[in-house]
Amino acid sequence: MFSYLLRRILFFVPIVAGVMLLTFALFFMVQSPEAMARRVLGPKATPKAVELWLHNRGYDKPLLINRIPEQPWYDSLFISQMRRLATFDLGSSDVTGRPLAEVFRQGALPSLLLTVPAFLAGLVMSVGLALYLVFIRNAVADFIASLLCVALMSVPVMVYVIFGQYLVAQVFNYFPAFGFQLNGWSTAKFLLLPIALMIVSGLGADVRLFRALFLEELGQDYIRTARAKGVSSAVVLLRHVFKNGLINLITLVVASLPFLIMGSLLLENFFGIPGLGNVLFTAIQLPDFAVVQASVFLGSLLYLGGLLLTDICYAWADPRIRLH
Amino acid sequence: MTTSSQDWLTQSFLPIWLPNLAVLLGALLVALLVWQGNRSERWAVAWRRLRGDRLGQVAGAVAALFLVVGALETVVYPTDTGSRTVLQLLLSGIPQEKGYSAPLATNALSVSDPKPLLKRHLLGTDALGRDTLVQTLRATRSALWIGGLTSLVYIPLGVLLGILAAYYRGWVDDVVQYLYSTIAAVPEILMLVAILMVLGKGLGTMAIALGITGWVGMARLIRGEALRQMERPYVAAAKALGQSDWRILTRHLLPNVMHLIVIKFVLGFSGLVLAEAVLSYLGVGAPVGTPSWGAIIDASRSELSRDPLVWWNLAAASTALFLLVLSLNILGDALRRAFDPKSNS
Repeated sequence: MFSYLLRRILFFVPIVAGVMLLTFALFFMVQSPEAMARRVLGPKATPKAVELWLHNRGYDKPLLINRIPEQPWYDSLFISQMRRLATFDLGSSDVTGRPLAEVFRQGALPSLLLTVPAFLAGLVMSVGLALYLVFIRNAVADFIASLLCVALMSVPVMVYVIFGQYLVAQVFNYFPAFGFQLNGWSTAKFLLLPIALMIVSGLGADVRLFRALFLEELGQDYIRTARAKGVSSAVVLLRHVFKNGLINLITLVVASLPFLIMGSLLLENFFGIPGLGNVLFTAIQLPDFAVVQASVFLGSLLYLGGLLLTDICYAWADPRIRLH
Repeated sequence: MTTSSQDWLTQSFLPIWLPNLAVLLGALLVALLVWQGNRSERWAVAWRRLRGDRLGQVAGAVAALFLVVGALETVVYPTDTGSRTVLQLLLSGIPQEKGYSAPLATNALSVSDPKPLLKRHLLGTDALGRDTLVQTLRATRSALWIGGLTSLVYIPLGVLLGILAAYYRGWVDDVVQYLYSTIAAVPEILMLVAILMVLGKGLGTMAIALGITGWVGMARLIRGEALRQMERPYVAAAKALGQSDWRILTRHLLPNVMHLIVIKFVLGFSGLVLAEAVLSYLGVGAPVGTPSWGAIIDASRSELSRDPLVWWNLAAASTALFLLVLSLNILGDALRRAFDPKSNS
């Protein structure tokens, strides 16, 4: 198991390096640091201010290799950026100057408060619905349900949000439609609507996916054997289909776990939840390149973490993999 | 009818034949695909199955309708006051009002001074007095252009890399897998936002950004299927006959994965239409002045708190967006069932 994990982690090293190269190329080569400074500081910035801004961030160094005499060759923008990312020094915001590590740390909790309940409740609901659909095996119900799933998938998130906010705030006047306070249990009333909307917007795709997954399991030979020896269909479904489907399900679901921390860009902005999604949204509007750059790096680390978790689950569920 | 001075398509710097040529090429591409499909038995069988699929046919017809509207809004002709699209010509009888008006209302939406309107508007008018139905129809073009342009970027890239990786294996496969693992490691929305922030907004940059993130799925799909095809005897037979690599790739492997490309294209198109709306909503998508469903939805967000309520712009844009995405999703599923009736979804 240990050597298997070590191999997987080593496999990720070149990918992390690739992501670092990619972000550098995108943020400093496709667009010159001067252009970035002008976009952050606005069109009225003096050349002096631009120069100072670049110098404060070390963006005025030579791009790839320092050829200025009497300066070490490695004192370049590329090397310093790579060293920074490799040591998890995220730098500070282009606009406010706050250290990004602190900004992200603050945003993580509200994001998790939104995504974790939505994720868990959504998972239970979609697995339950998918199992039920597989269980009743009714052609008409199947048809209607799959049509409904596709319909749910075809609505953009913002339409869900606008409609939900309108319904709750204007018509029922029940929950607060906007705002956030981190204050014990009363936080819940701010989160109920966004959580409900997040569940609904993901339900269609999930039910469809899980239903296909369970149906595939249902077609296996061992199911036929179980049915032939007289096991009732409910038991077959829960003991065999659900249990074996669960292995595939876990691997699908585990990979998305690290993303919970990133929150939801649109939902957080709509509801004024000060999470990581909102941090990113603000950075897009400003624009704040440092925030987006750091988010790309951290986001890909989270993704690779998810892959690693999936690998661990796979190896745990199927010994053939870790011995291979 | 509005003179859309900010519209990128009818702006003077763009040669007038360019959008027309694009429509022509698109039609040619569809014709070529149908013609090629006719010659293959698998496609003929799938076509017969599709003919028995009512829902798939309805979805196909709706999608085709959107395609026609988008094409009409793309084909331009010159006039004395700059170029116009055919759709603008067809709808030129609809006057522009001064401001909001409700669907089929006879007076403007104003409590203090409800002036009579020039004409009734089926779906009302927006803040600038433009007919909501016309604006919604015109916005079809942005959605279709994003879908089309992005497909032109990601399909060739994904298919080429996927099929080469499966055919040559070895280091080619390693490089392709490394490339798509790296791109896939960055969460899609972050990648899109980062690229669009650096390149700036616009339909072209949006297509590039969506293409860079989109080819990964295609390459994975094609690589997997091509690897399976490589095990089949016909590839070994072609090699034994001494056929060139190029011939095996284009004449044997490509036709056998073509149906997957078409299914992925249709389903991917619906995702791209949704992405266009979301990105335009986030403010990194369609430039200001280009009619886009995402932009209409964004603008109508504040309208819901008005009194009396202005709901028709939001409803029209959302419904159009929903209809196109839904029909593409259903059509894609119908195609998948037609090619592979044993699949579950």
